[in-house]
Amino acid sequence: MAILINETTRIIVQGFTGKIGSFHAQDMINYGSNVVGGVTPGKGGQTHLGLPVFNTVKEAVQQAGAEASIIFVPPAFAADSIMEAADAGIKYCVAITDGIPTQDMMTVKNFLRRFPIEERMILTGPNCAGTISPGRAMLGIMPGHIYMQGNVGIVGRSGTLGYEAADQMKRLGIGISTSVGIGGDPINGSSHRDILEKFEQDPETKVVLMIGEIGGPQEVEAGLFAQAHMSKPVIAYIAGLTAPEGRRMGHAGAIISSAGESAAEKVALLREMGVTICPTPAAMGTTVAEVLAKLK
Amino acid sequence: MDIHEYQAKEILSGYGIKIAEGGLAYSPEDAVQRAREIGGHVWAVKAQIHSGARGKAGGIKICKTHDEVEAAADYLLGRRLVTHQTGPAGKVCGRLYVEAGTEIAKELYFCLLVDRSSERIVMVGSAQGGMDIEELAVTNPEAIVKIYIEPAVGLQDFQARKMAFKLGLDAEVISHAVKTIKGCYKALRALDVSMLEINPLVVTKSGELIALDAKMGFDDNALFRQLKISELRDKTQEDPREMAAADRGLSYVGLDGDIGCMINGAGLAMATMDMIKLAGGEPANFLDVGGGASAERTEKAFRLVLADKNVKAMLVNIFAGINRCDWIAEGVVHAVRKIDMKVPLIVRLSGTNVEEGRRIIAESGLPIITAETLAEAAEKAVQARNEVVAKEAAGA
Repeated sequence: MAILINETTRIIVQGFTGKIGSFHAQDMINYGSNVVGGVTPGKGGQTHLGLPVFNTVKEAVQQAGAEASIIFVPPAFAADSIMEAADAGIKYCVAITDGIPTQDMMTVKNFLRRFPIEERMILTGPNCAGTISPGRAMLGIMPGHIYMQGNVGIVGRSGTLGYEAADQMKRLGIGISTSVGIGGDPINGSSHRDILEKFEQDPETKVVLMIGEIGGPQEVEAGLFAQAHMSKPVIAYIAGLTAPEGRRMGHAGAIISSAGESAAEKVALLREMGVTICPTPAAMGTTVAEVLAKLK
Repeated sequence: MDIHEYQAKEILSGYGIKIAEGGLAYSPEDAVQRAREIGGHVWAVKAQIHSGARGKAGGIKICKTHDEVEAAADYLLGRRLVTHQTGPAGKVCGRLYVEAGTEIAKELYFCLLVDRSSERIVMVGSAQGGMDIEELAVTNPEAIVKIYIEPAVGLQDFQARKMAFKLGLDAEVISHAVKTIKGCYKALRALDVSMLEINPLVVTKSGELIALDAKMGFDDNALFRQLKISELRDKTQEDPREMAAADRGLSYVGLDGDIGCMINGAGLAMATMDMIKLAGGEPANFLDVGGGASAERTEKAFRLVLADKNVKAMLVNIFAGINRCDWIAEGVVHAVRKIDMKVPLIVRLSGTNVEEGRRIIAESGLPIITAETLAEAAEKAVQARNEVVAKEAAGA
């Protein structure tokens, strides 16, 4: 099962013929993802990496049956590409692009909300590493080999910290159903809460690891959702214990700008909501193992 | 990116917001000249630093004679002002804004910002202006009015009117208040402003509505299409190391600890710093070297970390995805050879081509301490730092 993507998901790459798009498209194909083509306006009709290139996402949907898309378009044009995907009927879109203006993302979210919920495209990112359902499909830029297939769902803002978690788990023989990167921007496509909801519905996922960080309300909102609506255990790690107030820590959204946004405050609130907290970032794997052991 | 009060006022003035007459000064003589040009009998001499709460820090002087203006300017120029927003290091005042004195009848608070929680624009106002809004939010939350604006539809007159009435304004200033609020909204949308704060927005004794202070912050991601705004950047108000890092495509934040860090990815960087703290140490910096860490980039990152004289040990933690551990290892070996490193170096590599990366480090013959896991890396870094400190103490 997994969530969002599996081996049959028909994938297109937006920004297909560019250097970065080409590199990662090839990587996804090598992993076994079902890439059916790509979009580069003006290059429709050509063949790239042995696959068809389309001028518009609509053509890719009509002619190649595209269901999911991944975006490698530069920041100035990325919001437009996301909206094009939504309009064309893409079901799931990952935006890798880092540096999209916040007001553009506000427009994107507004645009998406106009679709009835059952027809609305799911967006994850921007500024993320993508999504992987290990052993089935990869829609992202992660090193696929560090993920083992299994029953733990991962949702996180950071790319490399997500790799760290997957690696710790693999060392302990723990596999992953799907790992979703929601990105480090202040306004993003899906929140931690949105992805927890998907994992709750997935019969294959037994527990979920949420990797959050300082800034914004999303981790706490996810905790409230887990408390009220989830039967599966949720484990969390919140990065940024040493981050000073008012300083942006790399990610555009990683900034403590009001009460409740520090790592310590988030941890305290999540704990109250019944979320299991990883005591250190080096203990993500062992904490997941302990929770899994209790399930049996 | 932040800008100065005088710059924000100039922008807002172009959007129909009324401001008091004023001018910029770089010297006491300039300041007196500005006061002469403005005329009148009262002037405010205001330190231009990127921070709020300047009044409390002594950065705003009310003067009644030209001599007082000169003395105030002489006092403020070159002075380091410390507010709760600047941190203990403070910010040096290099420019002054001399403004006509205003007779205040009423002080209000007004702010517009992109709200990440609602993913809309929120307008915040309070009839209790001049105060720290965060403090007010705790002590008297009912005194704060919030109105959400649907970005696709834009700010409507009724919303601006609602805000104006909630601010307790008299009927005769309502239409001007609506114009002010709409002007602010237009500026926010047109210029990719992430936060626009007027505190205080004042009603003068003659019944005018004036922005007495103005603070604007811009979305860094949008600066590529706001070239005029980018030009307003005042590098003297920013940390020189952070600026240097940004120019090299690195993301750096200086901190108070003594274990230098070089990590790829913001989340892993924060987590590694957490791990250092949990192991009993304190990180000296946040540094995300990003995806494509070439040998050149690695060397620059090393120089940046080691430029901080507090650093007593350095930790490199790379989880290679797009990167490859062998490239990183080569970069590290190259940097260590090129820079005369005086502090112990701890390297932890993981991910793509890790065996090859570890082999390069081991065969380099350099005194690099290696670690396999995140926990081990942090523990070894703290241990190495403690040994350096102990040695220094024994030497002294």
